[in-house]
Amino acid sequence: MYTFGDPAQWLPFTFAILMGLSILIYVVLDGFDLGVGVLFPFADDAEKDRMIASIGPFWDANETWLVLAIGIMLVAFPTAHGQILTALYLPVFLMLIGLIMRGVAFEFRVKAPAAYKDLWNNVFFAGSLLSSLSQGFMLGMYIMGLDYTWGHFAFAVLTAIFLTVGYSFIGATWVIYKTDEHLQRKAVGWAKGGIWGLVLGIGAISAATPLVSTRIFEKWFDFPQALYLAPLPILSAILVVWLWSMLQKMPRAGDRGSWHPFVLATLLWVLAFLGMAYSFYPYVVPEKLTIYDAASAPESLFIILIGTCFVLPTIIGYTILAYTVFRGKATELRYD
Amino acid sequence: MMDALILSRIQFAANISFHILFPTITIALGWVLFYFRVQFARTSDQRFMEAYMFWVKIFALSFAMGVVSGITMSFQFGTNWPGFMEIVGNVAGPLLAYEVMTAFFLEAVFLGIMLFGASRVPAWLHMTATFLVAFGTTMSAFWIIVLNSWMHTPQGFEMIDGVAHATDWWAIIFNPSMPYRFAHMMLASFLTVSFLIAGVSAFRWLIGGRTEGVRLALHTAIVAAALLIPVQILVGDMHGLNTKEYQPAKVAAMEGNWETGTGVPLVLFALPDQEARENRFEIAIPKLASFILTHDWNGKVQGLNDFVAEDGTILHPRVAPVFWSFRVMVGTGLAMLIVSWVTVGLMLRKNRNGTGRRGVDGLPKPVMYGLVAMSFSGWLATLAGWYTTEIGRQPWLVQGVMTTKEAVADVPATLVLSTLIGYLVVYAILLVAYIGVIFYLARRSNMGKSIEPAVPLRPTQKIQPAE
Repeated sequence: MYTFGDPAQWLPFTFAILMGLSILIYVVLDGFDLGVGVLFPFADDAEKDRMIASIGPFWDANETWLVLAIGIMLVAFPTAHGQILTALYLPVFLMLIGLIMRGVAFEFRVKAPAAYKDLWNNVFFAGSLLSSLSQGFMLGMYIMGLDYTWGHFAFAVLTAIFLTVGYSFIGATWVIYKTDEHLQRKAVGWAKGGIWGLVLGIGAISAATPLVSTRIFEKWFDFPQALYLAPLPILSAILVVWLWSMLQKMPRAGDRGSWHPFVLATLLWVLAFLGMAYSFYPYVVPEKLTIYDAASAPESLFIILIGTCFVLPTIIGYTILAYTVFRGKATELRYD
Repeated sequence: MMDALILSRIQFAANISFHILFPTITIALGWVLFYFRVQFARTSDQRFMEAYMFWVKIFALSFAMGVVSGITMSFQFGTNWPGFMEIVGNVAGPLLAYEVMTAFFLEAVFLGIMLFGASRVPAWLHMTATFLVAFGTTMSAFWIIVLNSWMHTPQGFEMIDGVAHATDWWAIIFNPSMPYRFAHMMLASFLTVSFLIAGVSAFRWLIGGRTEGVRLALHTAIVAAALLIPVQILVGDMHGLNTKEYQPAKVAAMEGNWETGTGVPLVLFALPDQEARENRFEIAIPKLASFILTHDWNGKVQGLNDFVAEDGTILHPRVAPVFWSFRVMVGTGLAMLIVSWVTVGLMLRKNRNGTGRRGVDGLPKPVMYGLVAMSFSGWLATLAGWYTTEIGRQPWLVQGVMTTKEAVADVPATLVLSTLIGYLVVYAILLVAYIGVIFYLARRSNMGKSIEPAVPLRPTQKIQPAE
């Protein structure tokens, strides 16, 4: 017998949790980066500089969570990695082009001759938009089981738009936290406009997911298991109402609570994510491949896990250090 | 119309070629910046700060290029080569995981503090951040070289039902070609950066930016290049001998040697003809290849014809690309040797009045132009070297374990082609922008900037604008 139970059971489960955690951290952290980029056209030149300053020290590390998530899928569930990415070949390509455009524009917009700054600002916006849209599209196709039909395609287009609006919402709450005065007031307006996209997005995905398979439908609507899930939609609804009423009063005197909308928005993402994870478990490719069938050999997973136990807390530790160093309102980015 | 296999290979080659340009710069430049930063703290010499402030900008730009092109790489495995992870994922997976966990996050998180944190954190923390970024890039290179080397000289695993299972991680990590390849790549990075710094500094010098920081950067870079290039030639030779032991077909292709024999000549120039299985227009030095490879004028060297199976299946790489990229690499290395030694020799000349050396000021203009021309010579040599070793491994993806063909995805060729064109267009634009911006920054740092800061700094003080 095994000391900790059968490793072919708990190792894939542990790695599924690690992968889910990485994806969740990615969509929150790079979500606000991409959202700030999507909001670019609504800002004037000085505001653009300030918005960039609010994400400049973080974006690179935030993006690394995507590499970790895709890396865990690659190493822990190689068969799923191949199936999902070949099915999403074109949207993956578009997302990568978007991420390339966005990432290099950070540098080029301040280092290239001033005459090109507008051009690189546009590249930054276009890259952020393209990445967000393709991620939303991939989310939709994934929920629909990676089969290309017109209906699925239409649904994926919807999720593309909703996720983009969702990103711009969390981006706006980040700007509320990291800036002040005119830009902060503007960001409150953006957040008020964006929250509806988020509500519609979560609503559409929640409505569509149970319809994809009877298995998921039963999980959500059969008693008594539906009872365990009831807190998710109820908490989400409370959070939305709370966020909405909070945004009405923003900004408050002395910048009180400017970080609250970002935290609540993050919680909303977490709930939505938990709902999805619950729906699809134990499948990693919806209705086709479970995490247990897709997992790598236990001895390989084990050696990664040992490293993870040491490294992940360290990563989280110095990530907190970086956010602490750059806490407070965003100031001009300078090398000196 | 080309098939999905060759298109996928070209796409992977395009992506990784574009990607490797930037780590090649950031790996060594990180350490150079750390050196400048520490020297400034130690000596409070403003020249180090001036050099740091200029090159940190190019570092930031190169780093961003490396990050975004690296993300593309992590997806390529899944989109184009799913068979790779299905067959050898149990070995490759943990190595890639350790790269992400021990390197990517380290460099990415501390990069923010290194670039923008100088005025927010104490000097020691800023120096630590600079160190950790340099260390992170090196760790990243280490893990990826481990995996790549394992693909050339696999060991420490067993095949069960067609899938590789790791049996000895020590043997996997310290596989036979890893130490040579890692040393070769690190030196390549330092040489690339040396010639980049020398070239851009020479450019600044030529357009009138004759500051102490420029002098220092040029001097440091060219001396480093002159010291490192002989080491690199030696390490390259050792790497070649290691390849001969484990991948004789690759060496035969590099040498353009078809028939096994003794006293094999060294082919300097030829047009290898794969169909006729012979060289056209061959110029060769008798017996030299035997001497270089076996250290015996009459040593026996295996030829390409030994790597054709009884049924006619060719188990060696296409000869021409390997043969030529090897010559481009060696030729660039020799050019580096000549340029760096001539430049250092000219700098070491005594002044006319006999006091001290002439240094950077004594370099004639043509030498400066030569250095500018060599700015990106490291890229050329690095790419040519990688083409030699990677094309040289074909038709294998993991030597003797799985072929490249077994790994390729079942994706329509048109889809691979259209995305390939997309990548190439984006990469071409970015490459032009990148090189353009480096020289633009060089010009801008010369315009209307005072050489000395108004108030000299103490080294323990937080960094102030040096320009």
